[in-house]
Amino acid sequence: MIPGPFDYHRPASVGDAIKLLADLGDEARPLAGGHSLLPMMKLRLATPAHLIDLHGIAGLKGICREGDRIAIGAMTTQAELLASNDIGEALPILHETALLIADPQVRYRGTIGGNVANGDPGNDMPALMLALDATYRLEGPNGAREVPAREFYQGAYFTALEPGEILTGVSIPVPPAGHGYAYEKLKRKVGDYATAAAGVVLTMAAGKVASCVISLTNLHETPLLASDAANAVIGTTLDDAALKAAANAARAIMQPASDARGPAEYRIHVGGIMVMRALQRAASRAK
Amino acid sequence: MNDLTPTREQREAALEGMGCRRKRVEDIRFTQGKGNYVDDVKLPGMLHGDFVRSPHAHARVKAIHTEEALKVPGVLAVITAETLKTVNLAWMPTLAGDVQMVLADGKVLFQNQEVAFVVATDRYAADDGVSKVVVDYEPLPVLVDPFKAMDPDAPVLREDLAGKTSGAHGPRKHHNHIFEWTVGDKDLTDAAFKKADVTIKEMISYHRTHPSPLETCQCVCSFDKVKGELTIWGTFQAPHVIRTVVSLIAKLPEQKIHVIAPDIGGGFGNKVGAYPGYICAAVASIVTGKPVKWVEDRIENLTATAFARDYHMTTEIAATKDGKVTGLRVHVLADHGGFDACADPSKWPAGFFNIVTGSYDFPVAHLAVDGVYTNKAPGGVAYRCSFRVTEAAYCIERAMDILAQKLGMDPAELRLKNFIKPEQFPYHSALGWEYDSGDYHTAMRKMMESVDYAGLRKEQAEKRAAFKRGETREIMGIGIGFFTEIVGAGPSKNCDILGIAMFDSCEIRLHPTGAGIARMGTKSQGQGHETTWAQIIASEIGIPADNIMVEEGNTDTAPYGLGTYGSRSTPVAGAAIAMAARKIKAKAQMIAAYKLEVHEDDLEWDIDGFRVKGLPEKAMSMKDICWAAYNSVPPGMEPGLEAVSYYDPPNMTYPFGAYLCVMDIDVDTGVYKVRRFYALDDCGTRINPMIIEGQVHGGLTEAFAIAMGQEIRYDSEGNVVTGSFMDFFMPTAVETPHWETDYTVTPSPHHPIGAKGVGESPNVGGVPAFSNAVNDAFSFLGATHIQMPHDFWRNWQAAKNLGVVAA
Repeated sequence: MIPGPFDYHRPASVGDAIKLLADLGDEARPLAGGHSLLPMMKLRLATPAHLIDLHGIAGLKGICREGDRIAIGAMTTQAELLASNDIGEALPILHETALLIADPQVRYRGTIGGNVANGDPGNDMPALMLALDATYRLEGPNGAREVPAREFYQGAYFTALEPGEILTGVSIPVPPAGHGYAYEKLKRKVGDYATAAAGVVLTMAAGKVASCVISLTNLHETPLLASDAANAVIGTTLDDAALKAAANAARAIMQPASDARGPAEYRIHVGGIMVMRALQRAASRAK
Repeated sequence: MNDLTPTREQREAALEGMGCRRKRVEDIRFTQGKGNYVDDVKLPGMLHGDFVRSPHAHARVKAIHTEEALKVPGVLAVITAETLKTVNLAWMPTLAGDVQMVLADGKVLFQNQEVAFVVATDRYAADDGVSKVVVDYEPLPVLVDPFKAMDPDAPVLREDLAGKTSGAHGPRKHHNHIFEWTVGDKDLTDAAFKKADVTIKEMISYHRTHPSPLETCQCVCSFDKVKGELTIWGTFQAPHVIRTVVSLIAKLPEQKIHVIAPDIGGGFGNKVGAYPGYICAAVASIVTGKPVKWVEDRIENLTATAFARDYHMTTEIAATKDGKVTGLRVHVLADHGGFDACADPSKWPAGFFNIVTGSYDFPVAHLAVDGVYTNKAPGGVAYRCSFRVTEAAYCIERAMDILAQKLGMDPAELRLKNFIKPEQFPYHSALGWEYDSGDYHTAMRKMMESVDYAGLRKEQAEKRAAFKRGETREIMGIGIGFFTEIVGAGPSKNCDILGIAMFDSCEIRLHPTGAGIARMGTKSQGQGHETTWAQIIASEIGIPADNIMVEEGNTDTAPYGLGTYGSRSTPVAGAAIAMAARKIKAKAQMIAAYKLEVHEDDLEWDIDGFRVKGLPEKAMSMKDICWAAYNSVPPGMEPGLEAVSYYDPPNMTYPFGAYLCVMDIDVDTGVYKVRRFYALDDCGTRINPMIIEGQVHGGLTEAFAIAMGQEIRYDSEGNVVTGSFMDFFMPTAVETPHWETDYTVTPSPHHPIGAKGVGESPNVGGVPAFSNAVNDAFSFLGATHIQMPHDFWRNWQAAKNLGVVAA
């Protein structure tokens, strides 16, 4: 549990960070909250020669409303998300989810950028970003680009980030007023990754589902957008048959690993249950 | 007397003696970060050691290449089995009569076994060195399943035992067999089963788990070449035993070994035995002439230091059709891992598992235990229990529920019908124990009234009907755990460790001003000895507990004792304290008689001093007697006021308790919720009720963890798959249920203060209560026995196997 040797860098600007990454190449890793990278380093599963700590870059922090979007700096911590009224009013599902991430100590340090950029299928925020149709700002030696979250995840720990790029911000369109939302996460204990989790954002009209997106956490190598499952409930009153159809459509795309949380069969089963429960709770919140 | 003269109640209260909810004195330093643990020991020039460990569960070690490691800046030495052979320490004896490799000698027998020890100037350099040691392994077939250990073609694990047809505990039946231990009358038991109206048989497994104390195992060894003295600071539950073992195996004179156990962050049986880290740090210090620190990390602790349980208990009960038990037959397959390193009293290869008849009046019983080697870490320690008592209590409590189910009887009624009756004590059990005292019926009935047992069963019946009608997906379980512990090892007639009788000791020295120090052979790891030992002394000799300093853990100053584990401290050392105090009191009475100019027999004890019978105004306090002991003792008497007692208990003590768990389980996810947990403990005389409640809370939390998910699990290749707190279930405050505690008091008749020990009862009684609740929840769907641990997915699996969740 002792990391190997590394050099520590603390750039003051995104430009400096990108230059360091370019100069130091593959041996360098950017450091945000460190909750994924540092344990890997302590186990010597990761042995970067250089750590580029992003905490010294003031411009990477903060939450602001820009018209019908919310922009969140990559180094904003989960605790800061929870403290934000803007998030609470516009994106309450982020609050609900952040509270299910690990424990308060982790949330004081863990950042939204690190959570979404690492490509860890166990992280909770990526599925929400799919559901909310967020875009990520990636900055690198060739400038900045915007990538939709829905196109970002390619495999476990594989993302659209190119070598030398840093994810600097997240931009989320504000869902319509009166939307219903829920993030249902089954975990063994506080601090655990999801055995299975489902996020739902929907709107209701005249007792029927008018729009719906469903996303899934830790049920595949990447977070999943369960479009067939969402389509199965649009236009319904969320009766039993619709809920079951959604659960089964969602289960059809799940491919979790068997691990200490349970065999794949169990995780798929409860994945469907999480979808049904999230749908019901989201609908109960919709106005 | 005037208005300022304290009342009797005030004098009594000022002592903070037995029965007082005295705040823990050690917490003043613990809550302010001022504890002094092994890792706080920092000596000039101190080096750090760390292990190269095997990635394989079973492999031949062809070569160990250390050249690149020795080039790492700061690395001073790499110790291997070859190095240790030069000082005859490549292997070490275990407490169970086996031998164990200190470092891999030709092969490895479990994953993460110690292969080489890298010594460096700091912890980082040591780990850098570890990463540069290259070991050539030749993998061998792996044996994980204990049920396959004695197959004819099972791989040979212990080549060092080739040709040895007997071990420390008798004949060996197979190359992977360690011992067979039998107790009881087989013929009578077989006859009882032939005559029985009803029998049950079930293979009840108690899975492998781990004590996982907050502080891992660690030591600092410092060898002084000039004096030829070795000082060891370590996380030792039994410091004197460690000193003797080190003396015997390192051939150092015992007076030149100083073992110091400073503050310890939890032990739970994990810190009783000796580990390779201790030997390697000691050898490294002798070789380098510098102090060497070894601190294991969490993964090392979980995967390589002593595990607990791994008992597979085929259990049969014979009974009459109206529910009177007539016989018990148990066969245990015990998985000991690669070496037999159980920490039991030497003559007890399966500990006190023969307490398996529990709280019930079995006329006959027979028990056989087979110990086997597998490619897993060694251990088998008493994780918050007396030796193998949690296994025994789980076995019988689960089996009684299974019998109740077969008979169609309520499990509480079945227990009440079969309990040993109060008038049967002292009770001689069919498997050889003499239970000292108990009143099981009273405890059970108090529990049933407190929880409204009948009301719970009524609610359960309604919920079951609702479930069957499809109105709910939740099932309700009520789990009873009625346990009898056996603690206080133990009487020299049958308990020793490496030949040393399992007495314990206390030395009390009173100072002239009415204060004193008590030194003990025990060692607190969180039990609060500094608080409670002083309370016993306060009640015995009338000196306020605040005026008594308790000191443990330094073998140079403490009297020889066998340490703290198996709930033995209060039954054994607690008795030694009372006996030492009574010696002081006897001398104090002579001094008081002399000073008061009366005959000793004319004095009577009165809270905090002696008074003349019939003349209550004529009295002398212990405070004044202390002063007199140092300036005006009777002619011919030696000055001073001190005493020492080595207490060899005449018998074990037998705490008991009635626990009940109410649990709801969502069959669709397997998620459970512990709605209520009630724990009634009878530990005899209660020294500090607050500490007892704290002990019960902690023990129940561990029991909850074990029953509901905590396990050390291996895959088919012998890889540990639960090697960190991500997967090894360690509940936080969020998961932990609310605990209700209660008590009855049935003093031990043979203990000087009637106390029995309590620290481990909640783990012993808690596990069956949780598991019985899960099993009870599923029983109406047709389940008879569902193996632990009962984590979410396994509960769902159980529901699925019973056909109540759609595939």
